[in-house]
Amino acid sequence: MNRIDARFQELRRAGKAAFIPFLTAGDPDPDVTRRMLLGAEGAGADIIELGFPFSDPIADGPTIQDSYHRVLEGGQTVADVLDLVRRARERCGLPIVAMVSYSIVFRLGFEEFVARAVGAGLDGATVPDLPVEEAAPFFETADARDFRLICFVAPSTTDERRALVIRHARGFIYYISVRGITGERSALPPDLTENLRRLKSLTEVPVAVGFGISAPRQARAVAEVADGVIVGSAIVKRMAEAARQGRDAAEAALDFIAAMASATKGDG
Amino acid sequence: MVDHLPDERGYFGPFGGKYVPETLMPALQQLEQAYEEARQDESFRQELDYYLREYVGRPNPLYLAERFSRELGGGKVYLKREDLNHTGAHKINNTLGQVLLAVRMGKGRVIAETGAGQHGLATATAAAMFGLPCDVYMGEEDIRRQKPNVLKMQLLGTRVIPVSSGARTLKDATNEALRDWMASFENTHYVLGSVVGPHPFPVMVRDFQAIIGREARQQVLDKEGRLPDLLVACVGGGSNSIGLFHPFIQDKDVRMVGVEAGGRGMAHGEHAASLCLGKAGVLHGSRSYVLQDDDGQTSPVHSVSAGLDYPGVGPEHSYLKETGRVRYTAVSDEEALRAFTCLTETEGIIPALESAHAVAYLMQEANRPARDEVVIVCMSGRGDKDLWEVSRLLGLEI
Repeated sequence: MNRIDARFQELRRAGKAAFIPFLTAGDPDPDVTRRMLLGAEGAGADIIELGFPFSDPIADGPTIQDSYHRVLEGGQTVADVLDLVRRARERCGLPIVAMVSYSIVFRLGFEEFVARAVGAGLDGATVPDLPVEEAAPFFETADARDFRLICFVAPSTTDERRALVIRHARGFIYYISVRGITGERSALPPDLTENLRRLKSLTEVPVAVGFGISAPRQARAVAEVADGVIVGSAIVKRMAEAARQGRDAAEAALDFIAAMASATKGDG
Repeated sequence: MVDHLPDERGYFGPFGGKYVPETLMPALQQLEQAYEEARQDESFRQELDYYLREYVGRPNPLYLAERFSRELGGGKVYLKREDLNHTGAHKINNTLGQVLLAVRMGKGRVIAETGAGQHGLATATAAAMFGLPCDVYMGEEDIRRQKPNVLKMQLLGTRVIPVSSGARTLKDATNEALRDWMASFENTHYVLGSVVGPHPFPVMVRDFQAIIGREARQQVLDKEGRLPDLLVACVGGGSNSIGLFHPFIQDKDVRMVGVEAGGRGMAHGEHAASLCLGKAGVLHGSRSYVLQDDDGQTSPVHSVSAGLDYPGVGPEHSYLKETGRVRYTAVSDEEALRAFTCLTETEGIIPALESAHAVAYLMQEANRPARDEVVIVCMSGRGDKDLWEVSRLLGLEI
């Protein structure tokens, strides 16, 4: 069984939401990423979203953009990211989902990308610039390899398109909490809970929420309604700060992940 | 062959489409619908025509450049004088159309990206005339190269937002404009400046720019009693060229050449010739020729001309290349500078460095027109904005 599906089934039985940290692969260096992939489960993470650095990430705010550019300047390639996953996979049982631009996927070809991703031990991918209409021909290819191509729903998504996404959705649905790009927000939109309830009433597929979540109380509030909480910029920012101050970025991130995961589970 | 394109999903053959985050999909659908309605609305067309005539000064001349033609040793080279438009380039044809559409859609604000500043200036101008607040994203490197346009935009009440990411040029400004639009589309229209980006931008911008070719076609028929043998235009994103070419596409005997920025040479990072040296990829919301590495990371680009300094190109151009209808080539920075000087000295017309690329093509030995050949070159903009950069490059004092 696909690791993402298995994890959500387990959590559903336990009545808990998933905590899904996002990491930029190779930031600040590959060893930190490797240690985080190995340490995340112990810190309470359920699934890891691993960002493939891209030169022009239009859905991302400055925190993630900067992390991508840092890594690319260091010369890291897509093959290096896959290698990193492959090596960590030997000792990491968590589901790992790639966050990867379609520009990168298209260059290899979808089928080849999935083959390499599965070979490295990835369980699925979110492709933020591949809307469901353009993704439609690819679901079958992904399914054949038990690889989950994750769909998005945004606050602006119309009823008609939401129905289309739900028809294709598998693994989980990535619900974008805010209007705009990734990055921390002091407050989440007031209509978030209502939008999530509506979406969840229409599908059995788990719904995880990302964009803008940075504080334990926000994670707790989202976990009340959603099946998963995704946190990216807040982690990447803490890692960059730690690295700048000469502290261990992995340790700083894992402490934060532990706090956020425990808030998500309601144990905090 | 091209009139029915793009298809309803925004594809020109295998190129085009909508590769954007989910958040923007509803914005694009709304724009598509609004544009389709406006296009069929006689009053919208009349209003746009009115402003193009009374405000922009259209039709602009199709001018026979006699001394320049003699300099080339033959042929009749006509210049389509987009440089005489209000704001000094073809960009205003598109921005007036899009700002009118924004008003029609009830959007209270417009944003734009700009490279050379001509599109930013044209957007700022239309925004001032219609009383809309306007923010323009511009790379820091381009702000340095194109000071006069920055000052003009600011005088027009536009906020010019410097972009410091990446190479600090047009590509990075486009990223920032898209990011702004992700959060603001409910009250903001993004006035994209070229035939690039996700559907419906490539077709909409083409339609607004096609007035260049429609006028030129009638004008050359009036003057010569026949169609031209050759059309030449520079290609960055490709809006002035598609504007000139499109109304001639069905005229099988009219040859067309798109001239890209060859920069300092063919090496990686030294040019911006996406069609000549790139491959099919995805950038800024559509599938087209792009300059990128084997991982799909966008390559650095260079051109002396800020308006051509872009690693992608409109999807319709990719299609026209693959079908062979248009031939694409590149000229170097140096050739463009020589053409800049030559046209200025022979005709008293100072071309934009972008347009100088099209002129430079005809100055290459192999491409000099035959004696009776009729050629139209799109003079897409005037060179005032480039005086600082050109004087720096030529070692002149200002």
